[in-house]
Amino acid sequence: MSELSGMNRPSKVRAPRVNDETKSFWDATGDGKLLVKHCNGCGENHFYPRSFCPFCFSDDTEYLETVGRGTIYTYSVMRRTKEPWAIAYVTLDEGPTMMTNLIDCDFDKLEIGQPVKVAFIDTGEGTAVPFFAPA
Amino acid sequence: MSIRGKAFIAGVYEHPLREATGKTVPQLHAEVAKGALEDAGLTKDDIDAYYCAGDVPGLGPLNQAEYMGLHVTQFDSTEVGGSSYVAHVNHAAQAIAMGHCKVALITLAGRPRADAKENYRTRPGGGPPADYAFEAPFRPVVTNMYGMAAMRHMHEYGTTSEQLAWVKVAASHHAQYNEHAMLRDVVTVEDVVNSPMISDPLHRLDCCVMSDGGGAVIVVAPEIAAQLKRPSVKVLGAGEAIKHLNGGKVDLTYSGARWSGPKAFAEAGVTPADIKYASIYDSFTITVVETLEDLGFCAKGEGGKFVADGNLISGVGKLPFNTDGGGLCNNHPTDRGGITKVIEAVRQVRGEAHPKVQVPNCNIALAHGTGGLLGSRMGSATLILGGADA
Repeated sequence: MSELSGMNRPSKVRAPRVNDETKSFWDATGDGKLLVKHCNGCGENHFYPRSFCPFCFSDDTEYLETVGRGTIYTYSVMRRTKEPWAIAYVTLDEGPTMMTNLIDCDFDKLEIGQPVKVAFIDTGEGTAVPFFAPA
Repeated sequence: MSIRGKAFIAGVYEHPLREATGKTVPQLHAEVAKGALEDAGLTKDDIDAYYCAGDVPGLGPLNQAEYMGLHVTQFDSTEVGGSSYVAHVNHAAQAIAMGHCKVALITLAGRPRADAKENYRTRPGGGPPADYAFEAPFRPVVTNMYGMAAMRHMHEYGTTSEQLAWVKVAASHHAQYNEHAMLRDVVTVEDVVNSPMISDPLHRLDCCVMSDGGGAVIVVAPEIAAQLKRPSVKVLGAGEAIKHLNGGKVDLTYSGARWSGPKAFAEAGVTPADIKYASIYDSFTITVVETLEDLGFCAKGEGGKFVADGNLISGVGKLPFNTDGGGLCNNHPTDRGGITKVIEAVRQVRGEAHPKVQVPNCNIALAHGTGGLLGSRMGSATLILGGADA
């Protein structure tokens, strides 16, 4: 664990509203796994996960486990608040770019292109939310 | 001109389920869309227009278009209950007859019975859109969603905070003459970049005001216009588009204006060089920079340089913009100022803007609206207006 672990980390995270289409994704987060959707029709990966491939509209899609690593595509630190937070898009090694927050880091040292890894925060309800921290 | 014989219904599909347990509302919309496409013998990528009503979760058609991966340049989310979809056929036929689109998709879907059984809150719109659970935990608010777009634009093109500030400076030069403007003080680039940071890299003065108020517009047939005493303004062309996160192929350096602009220019038969005045939706300074690039007033990535040194100030620069002070200084009624963009463009074409900011011989003007978020999904709409001789 880095010395920055715990820095700028939210104290609690609300459990996401899970539905039939995304239950597998959220169940996997409880096991520390970050999934994307893979299309058997066109071979593309997509995020957020859905039953239909948003590229070729095939309904032959399945979950793919990622390595949980990526790079910062962009970010913005909300400063006008007592507890600033860093919203970001992270481009996963598997292709898709996803929204997240950057945690366990110094907000003044973030850079676009910086390598990051997933850092799950437990919701207390069997699921976890995929935040990212410097790799 | 009428729609008679100008449009045809090519595909239909009725969902077989009467209780859709195990399926989400966005999924049901996609299933009926797929069924109708298969019936017609068309594919998703043939669709260039999408019509839906309040049973689609999210902001109008935006979230469902993203779910289905649609790239449309015509849309309508008229919500009038069960009559919506009949009206949508009429609106789609009108758009097709006018050459605005060729393949329009209309969907209706929902699961009130399954919702009731699973004890979900049942309401029109089927609950939150599919993207919600994957974004809400990260607290996207308006400022940080535009901040992320600005941050990426700076990274790719070297755009600076000082260049963004020039958008606000120009708006403030115009607002000083508007007695109703919320912020009438002329500001400098230094004032903007020294104002408190809200969400990186956007400062307080990069953000529009929040205001009450509103506006209205009346559109009439040529024979009515000819009878009226006030100068009428001709609608020359229009374009619209939806842009979204595209299944994770994210690019925040451009807006839907990339598609809505060319359609409007083509219909009007003019080019960006012909535009004497532009109302550009200015929720934030970055919104203006990206939109001007996408509309073709300068090359992609050159927006920062284009807006610098007063180029948007009436009487000073090449492209006078938002001469009422815009959202940055005048008003942003109920957090959606699109109608004020049309109103100031009409004033300019009529020659009725404040004399200090009136563009001489303003025979062709443009108004552009951006709805939703530059940092995720948006509706973009471009309108080109002209005077009697245009």
